[in-house]
Amino acid sequence: MEVSVTVNGAERVADVEARTLLVHLLRDELGLTGTNIGCDTSSCGACTVLVDGRSAKSCTLLAAQVDGSDVTTIEGLAGADGLHPMQQAFHECHALQCGYCTPGMVMAAVSLLDEYGDLDEAGVREGLEGNLCRCTGYQNIVKAVLAAAE
Amino acid sequence: MTVTESPFAGGIVGQARLRKEDPALLTGEARYIDDLQLTGALWVACVRSPHAHARITGIDTSEALATDGVVAVYTGEDLAAAWAAPLPCAWPVTDDMKNPAHHPVAQGKANYAGDIVAVVVATSRYAAADGLEGVVVDYEPLDAVVTIEDAESDRVVIHDDCGTNISYDWALVPDPDAVDAAFADAAHHITETYVHQRLIPAPMEPRGVAAVPAPHNGDITLYSSTQIPHVLKVMAALTLGLPEQKVRVVAPSVGGGFGCKLDVYAEEIICMALALRHGVAVRWTEGRTEAATATIQGRAQRQTIELAADADGKLLAVRATLLADMGAYLQLVTPGVPLLGAFLYHGLYDVPAYAFTCRSVFTNLTPTDAYRGAGRPEATYAIERAMDTLGVAVGVGPDEIRSRNFIPTEKFPYDSPAGLTFDSGNYQPTLDRAKELVDWDGRRAEQADRRAAGSRTHLGLGISSYVEMCGLAPSRTLAALNYGAGGWESATVRILPTCKVEVVTGTTPHGQGHETCWSMIVADRLGVDPDDVEVLHSDTAITPLGMDTYGSRSLAVGGTALWMATEKVVDKARTIAAHMLEASESDLDFAGGTFSVKGSPDKEVPLAAVAFGAFTAHDLPDDVEPNLEAQVTWDPGNFVFPFGTHIAVVEVDEDTGAVELVDYAAVDDCGNQINPLIVEGQIHGGIVQGVAQALWEDAAYDEDGQCRAANLADYLVPSAAELPAMKLDHTVTPSNSNPMGVKGIGEAGTIAATPAVINAVVDALRPMGITDIAMPASPMRVRRAIEATQGGAS
Repeated sequence: MEVSVTVNGAERVADVEARTLLVHLLRDELGLTGTNIGCDTSSCGACTVLVDGRSAKSCTLLAAQVDGSDVTTIEGLAGADGLHPMQQAFHECHALQCGYCTPGMVMAAVSLLDEYGDLDEAGVREGLEGNLCRCTGYQNIVKAVLAAAE
Repeated sequence: MTVTESPFAGGIVGQARLRKEDPALLTGEARYIDDLQLTGALWVACVRSPHAHARITGIDTSEALATDGVVAVYTGEDLAAAWAAPLPCAWPVTDDMKNPAHHPVAQGKANYAGDIVAVVVATSRYAAADGLEGVVVDYEPLDAVVTIEDAESDRVVIHDDCGTNISYDWALVPDPDAVDAAFADAAHHITETYVHQRLIPAPMEPRGVAAVPAPHNGDITLYSSTQIPHVLKVMAALTLGLPEQKVRVVAPSVGGGFGCKLDVYAEEIICMALALRHGVAVRWTEGRTEAATATIQGRAQRQTIELAADADGKLLAVRATLLADMGAYLQLVTPGVPLLGAFLYHGLYDVPAYAFTCRSVFTNLTPTDAYRGAGRPEATYAIERAMDTLGVAVGVGPDEIRSRNFIPTEKFPYDSPAGLTFDSGNYQPTLDRAKELVDWDGRRAEQADRRAAGSRTHLGLGISSYVEMCGLAPSRTLAALNYGAGGWESATVRILPTCKVEVVTGTTPHGQGHETCWSMIVADRLGVDPDDVEVLHSDTAITPLGMDTYGSRSLAVGGTALWMATEKVVDKARTIAAHMLEASESDLDFAGGTFSVKGSPDKEVPLAAVAFGAFTAHDLPDDVEPNLEAQVTWDPGNFVFPFGTHIAVVEVDEDTGAVELVDYAAVDDCGNQINPLIVEGQIHGGIVQGVAQALWEDAAYDEDGQCRAANLADYLVPSAAELPAMKLDHTVTPSNSNPMGVKGIGEAGTIAATPAVINAVVDALRPMGITDIAMPASPMRVRRAIEATQGGAS
């Protein structure tokens, strides 16, 4: 089936099997491999992208479900003038180590701030509950999100 | 906070410098294994036994072969001729250790749920998954051995070729009479038994493999999400009978390892064999649920620890006895994991007599192997839990019982009762500082107030002081332990014609920030910008010499090789500079990237000019080769022994059994620090993995050998919401095992955290008569422990 999606500002059309997951559309059909896959139970959030501005786990959506939607992946976050403020905050706070959860974590954090704006530490911790990291113990991730919120 | 004796003069080492790895990782530019685009590659999917123990009586592949996109299906018998040797175990800890043949695809019998019994090869990942559905395997289920006690009884012998489930017995008892005498004289004899549950390492990136053949010239490149490309190259060549020089192994960006990617796995060998057979690239990417049983697990042992102490609580002897679960097969270093803890059951305490024995057994469960800390978390848990019990017996607090027994600072270097030499230590300040950070006295008062008020939310404080041995490892020590390889590391420093620098390292980072830190070490010495240093790693064609990254060895061993290679290249540059300046080498100073003549500061030549001169080779001294490059392979003379004290503060809800970690302080000493930002990050992550063992994670199996936590919905890797902010501080006690005075820090947090948390939980509940709680201390376990003290039904 044909799926038409606006990805990082560009309209993309792909012919995929009906069962194709959004994350596989992004990675295997569109070559956007920044979005990672960390589990198969929607638990880890490594595959988090923005669908119409809201965070979504792209391993839990069929490509067909986002037909006509606007999708932002980690590749669409940095602009011509450099890293997005959330990416910059992750860098400055050493909020990543192996980096595998990072694209999803950054997208979830962008969405979290967009939705709730002014957050305290507890709010950030609760808000990122759907994204797992095995390297950082979350300490510097929380710090980065709070820094980006300012 | 403590005086640093730093060998670094360039002003770069010691800075909290941001990582050069980050931009690629933050933007999706980094390439992990599944990101590799390999047009025309075939995909492998593995048919895995659903039974823990079963005879394979038939495999019907016809339906699978008729599935769209499926190219081939292979059983264990089909591929038997492809293996020159079984999957390797590099650590035969005893000469008579039992090591069952472990074929990449099982032949005749499956020995754990997850054992590969057939593989499907297809044109896409979806088609390969479809093919799995069409493979019909007939099994004759056998009784499964799922506990180590059952295994030891040999009720069911798993491997016919072994004749028993006991893989080996190993002992470290330097002076048995001294141990017996100490226990005979002891005023206090503490005996405790603890169980370490199985853990799933769960790096966020599951494993993945892509084997790319060049059929006509015989080359094959293996891309793998591995910690050990160098070791894997040798082992893959041996396992497949390939000429080693034709095998190249590349670890692309690796999304965490924690020990579970320190292995040679069936899927790596299978993809290589099938790539050679089909003449095209063959790849496999592990699913998370698949990973739960297909990738090694950690811990899994029962320990009995006995302490002999005098009336004041001064330790006289420590005796530890283990029963360790190897799982169904021995993976690369499976049998050695208990040995990595064997020397440390007396912790950081001055103990005259010592005994350690271990029996290791096979079960019908996923093989175990190294998981962050590997043996040392287990040892630390045993001694640190038992020290609390000793403190109670003696009638002093957990802080005082530790202070009474710490190895005195003046005794370093310390000859340990297990036969090691601890390089350096100064333990008491870490305990003192950790107590300050959690307001120990204030919390104790609060605890007393709550108890007096009859609060049902109990406060508990838990201390864990630790020392670990890391920087694996002196090759001669490894030989004494029957390990099948050395423990050296290699580095090359290459100053390019434009005075930019390439570093070639044998370490293989997967999150640790070696590119940043190695750049800092070199830049500090050469007087160049760290951004002008490129660190090359993880590809055996680019860095042919290496022993890879595990066991907190990278800085202490690989970093030292790099330090020495840097000195060596400076020495060569000095020779050339002396020639250019018409001065004696011994008269030259080198600082800030410039050679200058002592006493004649105007006579100088910058490193850049030397580098270009070395490149053109127009006017080099006799016997000096062109170019500025130096390589060093370094074999450490000793381990390094980081240490510290962690304190956990928990609240335990008496009604629900819920444990909440409310405060956590860690004061660690890893000697001189290259980059404190990286050090703190390692500690943060390590602590959370250790806390997770104490409170949440449990790869529990049912009586049939089925993993009940085989995905991230059931296996409770913590999120940010379960954790408080951690308070960190450090002391600096340089090592004398290497010239930089550094120690490892990758595993320290995990080693320290688990007993700190359980000690805190037990501390909270001790007035109820609770003296132990099994891990993980889930609400159910805590409630049952409380009910048991109240005489209620569990």
